[in-house]
Amino acid sequence: MKFLTEYRDPELAQRYLDEIKKTVTRPWTIMEVCGGQTHSLVKNGILNMLPKEINMVHGPGCPVCVTPLNLIDKAVYLAEEKGVILCSYGDMLRVPGSQKSLLEAKANGADIRILYSPLEAVKIAEQHPERQVVFFAVGFETTAPANALSVVHANRLGLENYSILASHVLVPPAIEALVSDEECVVEGFLAAGHVCTIMGMQEYHPLVEKYKVPIVITGFEPVDILQGILMTVQQLERGEARLENQYARMVREAGNPKAMETIYEIFEVTDRMWRGMDVIPQSGYQVKEAYEIFDARKKFTVDIAEAPENEDCIAGDIMKGLKKPFECPNFGTKCQPENPLGAPMVSSEGACAAYYHFSDMVNRQIA
Amino acid sequence: MCLAIPGKIKSIESKFDGLVRMAKVSFGGIIKEASLEMVPHAQVDNYVLVHVGVAISVVDEEEAKKTFQYLEEMGEVEDELNISGFLPDKEEYADQN
Repeated sequence: MKFLTEYRDPELAQRYLDEIKKTVTRPWTIMEVCGGQTHSLVKNGILNMLPKEINMVHGPGCPVCVTPLNLIDKAVYLAEEKGVILCSYGDMLRVPGSQKSLLEAKANGADIRILYSPLEAVKIAEQHPERQVVFFAVGFETTAPANALSVVHANRLGLENYSILASHVLVPPAIEALVSDEECVVEGFLAAGHVCTIMGMQEYHPLVEKYKVPIVITGFEPVDILQGILMTVQQLERGEARLENQYARMVREAGNPKAMETIYEIFEVTDRMWRGMDVIPQSGYQVKEAYEIFDARKKFTVDIAEAPENEDCIAGDIMKGLKKPFECPNFGTKCQPENPLGAPMVSSEGACAAYYHFSDMVNRQIA
Repeated sequence: MCLAIPGKIKSIESKFDGLVRMAKVSFGGIIKEASLEMVPHAQVDNYVLVHVGVAISVVDEEEAKKTFQYLEEMGEVEDELNISGFLPDKEEYADQN
């Protein structure tokens, strides 16, 4: 077992598909929350193979896509005007800010470095005591322990030149915002497996009870996703609404207690603006006051006015599951990955990028 | 962003006077370093799920097989339901087992 490629077995995938076809009797709209799942659905051609009764809509689970425009402007400002070494996950670089992206700032000479892990940023700070190092800490609950851990390490090393520009978002408040919206068309959710690896299942029980909507915690490989869809459809067809865990090889009911302890050591829950959507109460993390010397927002005075969003981009409707990328008049014309109008066309988890890169795999009639 | 990949722990070393455990993890032969601070019980030969340089879960190998058995088990449950009329009622059944 490698616990990876086995879940890409075409024969097993076909058997799950056959079972879904046998089970479904009427139309259902199901949202996969995580952008990683969106890409797996599109890239593996699953959207085309599902019976026409099943309408998959794509959720807001792309941290790059929901990072506020203003924060990107701040990151650009820190790199250009404050002379910091700005470290970031690669996904953030091409996301358009109001004036420019981080990639454009880098091209103009700003010291912007793409890293795989925030722990590498701590090493850079250790190696460059004369420079300020800022890590652009975006992400969902999955990434929060690593970002928090970088602060733990910097604190342990006594580094005074390391800080994070945190833009953390949380899944359960976003699901609640979606299902309580009058326009919501979603009847069942595939919850994000890796988020639940950290946080466990507790936060989802109340959502299932309150909104009577099936939620199945699901993995990312094709067979995982098909099993998750089957479990959701089985519940819908029976008129049930339960929380189920398809991804039990990674997800425990209690999550990862050590990871949660690390998160709550450094972060506290706060209201958070989601780009393309709105402010969602209690839907993000900010650095606690006790660690404010590691909080780039407090460390540097950055006063940048809120800039308006590009009106040609319908990212919000896409992330709420109200529209598909093909329904945007600018899809693939004015808006392309190399020159995007909005974040979902850039990110490796954005729905628009998935449709753009793998458009041969998507039957446009579905859209 | 939430991409995380399972890999096998090849070796473990302690840093910061034993405060931090770092592992060499093999992803199908490609070796990368990962922090084991979030998985204090992980040992050599365990499979761990690694995200941005940090192991966040130890793979439950028993649970991992269930995806391959789910359809069979579903079939068995259906068979059981179909013949449920022939089974003793639930309490008796539980006693017997």
